[in-house]
Amino acid sequence: MKIPFNEDLRPDTGLYNAKLGIWLFLASEVMLFGGLFSAYIMLRLSDPNWANYGQSALNVPLATLNTAILITSSITMVMSWVSLKLNDIKKYSFYMGLTLLCSFGFLIIKYFEYSAKFEHGLYPSTNNFLAIYFTITGLHGLHIIGGIFVNGYFFGPGKKMWSSEPQRFTNRIEVAGLYWHFVDLVWIFVFPTLYLL
Amino acid sequence: MSNTHHKESFWTKYIFSQDHKIIGIQYGITSLLFLFFGFSLMMIMRWQLAYPNTPIPIVGFMFENGILSPDMYNSFGAMHGTIMIFLGVVPIVVGAFGNYLVPLQIGAPDMAFPKLNMASYWSYFVGGIVMLTGFFLPGGAANSGWTSYPPLSIIATTGQTVWLFGMVFLITSSLLGSINIIVTIVQLRVPGLTWMKLPFFIWAQLVTSFLLVLAFPPLEAAAIFQLMDRLAFTSFFMPSGLIVGGAATDWNGGGSPILWQHLFWFLAHPEVYVLILPALGVVGEVIANNTRKPLWGYKSLVYSVIFLGFMSFIVWAHHMFLTGMGQTMSMFFAVTTMIISVPSVVILSCLFISLWGGSIRFNTPMLFALSFLPMFGIGGLTGLPLGLPLSDIHLHDTYYVISHFHYVVAPGTIFAIFAGIYYWFPKITGKKLNEVLGKVHFIFSLIFMNGIFFPMLIQGLAGVSRRLADGGQSYAHAQSVIHFNEFMSMSAWLLGLAQLPFIINLILTIMKKKDKVPDPNPWNATTLEWACPSPPVAHGNFVKEPIVYRGPYEYSVPGHKSDFTPQSEKSGDK
Repeated sequence: MKIPFNEDLRPDTGLYNAKLGIWLFLASEVMLFGGLFSAYIMLRLSDPNWANYGQSALNVPLATLNTAILITSSITMVMSWVSLKLNDIKKYSFYMGLTLLCSFGFLIIKYFEYSAKFEHGLYPSTNNFLAIYFTITGLHGLHIIGGIFVNGYFFGPGKKMWSSEPQRFTNRIEVAGLYWHFVDLVWIFVFPTLYLL
Repeated sequence: MSNTHHKESFWTKYIFSQDHKIIGIQYGITSLLFLFFGFSLMMIMRWQLAYPNTPIPIVGFMFENGILSPDMYNSFGAMHGTIMIFLGVVPIVVGAFGNYLVPLQIGAPDMAFPKLNMASYWSYFVGGIVMLTGFFLPGGAANSGWTSYPPLSIIATTGQTVWLFGMVFLITSSLLGSINIIVTIVQLRVPGLTWMKLPFFIWAQLVTSFLLVLAFPPLEAAAIFQLMDRLAFTSFFMPSGLIVGGAATDWNGGGSPILWQHLFWFLAHPEVYVLILPALGVVGEVIANNTRKPLWGYKSLVYSVIFLGFMSFIVWAHHMFLTGMGQTMSMFFAVTTMIISVPSVVILSCLFISLWGGSIRFNTPMLFALSFLPMFGIGGLTGLPLGLPLSDIHLHDTYYVISHFHYVVAPGTIFAIFAGIYYWFPKITGKKLNEVLGKVHFIFSLIFMNGIFFPMLIQGLAGVSRRLADGGQSYAHAQSVIHFNEFMSMSAWLLGLAQLPFIINLILTIMKKKDKVPDPNPWNATTLEWACPSPPVAHGNFVKEPIVYRGPYEYSVPGHKSDFTPQSEKSGDK
């Protein structure tokens, strides 16, 4: 038995199954982070002491660096997909490797940021700004780790599929890429709302 | 996919199956067991309500002094709600009916993502087990109500943490399941099956799945916040200056308990429609088939369901009129609530008018479907006073509310589930359930359901609060209506007894020998699931991919030989 439109496009919708699936998943992710951000707004507006909660303790230069790293990783992710479209598996591996490198770089910088907070005795329980900071960035970090697992699989053992089903493998990278851009996009919202505003 | 023809082992065929039919049956059996378990909790609670602080017969040995203590009562109440909604009704209407029927009704060989489908069932299963482990923890299972309102839920015993982890598994499960259903409906329809030729059941499943995809994540966010509050001592939901038992708490405060209510009801109101829409879909199918005429106003039904789905996202705060969120907010949500009742009435009216002039066959599925209409009607109409802030102030948190939503879910959705089981059982097994036992099951279920829930309306109007472990005995204003408690409890136990014919029927029919070639279409129905063998072919369903030529409900077409024209029949075939 073969599931229809697993890799080819359905004519009237113009989609293959996994692409619609990932868009629906991303829609639910929008609602998840939407819930988190609206909670942030509600807590901030209803708390007169919010200004004293030490947003200044956050390290803006490091976060800016992380923003740049994530945007770069999004670009390399697209490049790896394009390389597959151009039938160049070597270049694919190169760009996918760069993407993974960027993701690890992001996590390492995040680790330094977190440990600096802990050293100064700033914990999630300290106040509600730090609580929301750790919750949102922590959840975003989990999404990065999830992305590393997926991309790492396609960088390593998952690559075998290229020789047997190239079209399906290309689709997989496209879908993984959509997820990765979403994780990137979330950070682009996190950075100004938590660090700058 | 060359590996489909090798022989499957028992494990891959029945346990870790990727066939949507097996997964649907797995969902069905598990959720029926959970439904029965959740109902058993309530049968024990009803003893405490009818005869407060007297030892429970039969199962009393499981409790200290044989009595259900108030703490245990709270815990049972919270778990009854959680189990019935998240482990019983939703998995059966979406997991079982959705999984089994959606691919069949659109002519697909399977769901779009079979592996994800399996993951979704097992995630549900693990979530259920995690929930149940709560009963064995010190302090018992979650006891802050199925709504888990903070700050109570945050200072509660460990059972609440387990509840939250269980919820995360269940949310993951319905997320995967509903994405799968949407992709299947959009991508895998057979040639000719355009949107307006879809059976009404498919439309209901589609909208339901969208609700699950979009409404559950905010609850996940809320569950994460509550976990943080419980485990990392953040104060998302903890107000400043909270005193518990005369002492200050470990939390810094500054958070908002109302925030939880907003996030919770943002899920839980669409959830109500998750419970009811697939049920409407089932009833629509059964009614069209057994009146032998098309559903009246098919397009109005479809547009109403879509509108209902959309509106269900902007009515949530009608559960929160008493939180002091302000008149402007209350007015907005009262207005949207009145608006959402319009499509509900349109749907119910269409189903009622469908009966007009039909030659109705009163078989068991049809009886359940027919009684669904007035029962859901009572449930819906009793909801209107709750949607208006003025009357809600009196009725909020009373037995009236309990009666209202049980009328929607119990004789509503659960009757639709029974209708569906009796209707599609021949498709699943190739054998019809016994009609006599079915009718006995129906008539007593109908009587005792009303015996439980109708007196609750009266108690609620008298002002008896829900969640009282003694059923209102210690309250003066409850004295005039408290005698109903015994009657309702009797009805609940008899309702339990009335399920015996159903269970016996299931067992007897499954044991019965099958016909050599079971009739694939015993109800003379038109939709696609009856165009494949009963039971459908493992991995693939249809012997030959069907093509659709006509709408879903072409019954009694003038000039046609038989009184039904299947969707896959070319004109002039017969």
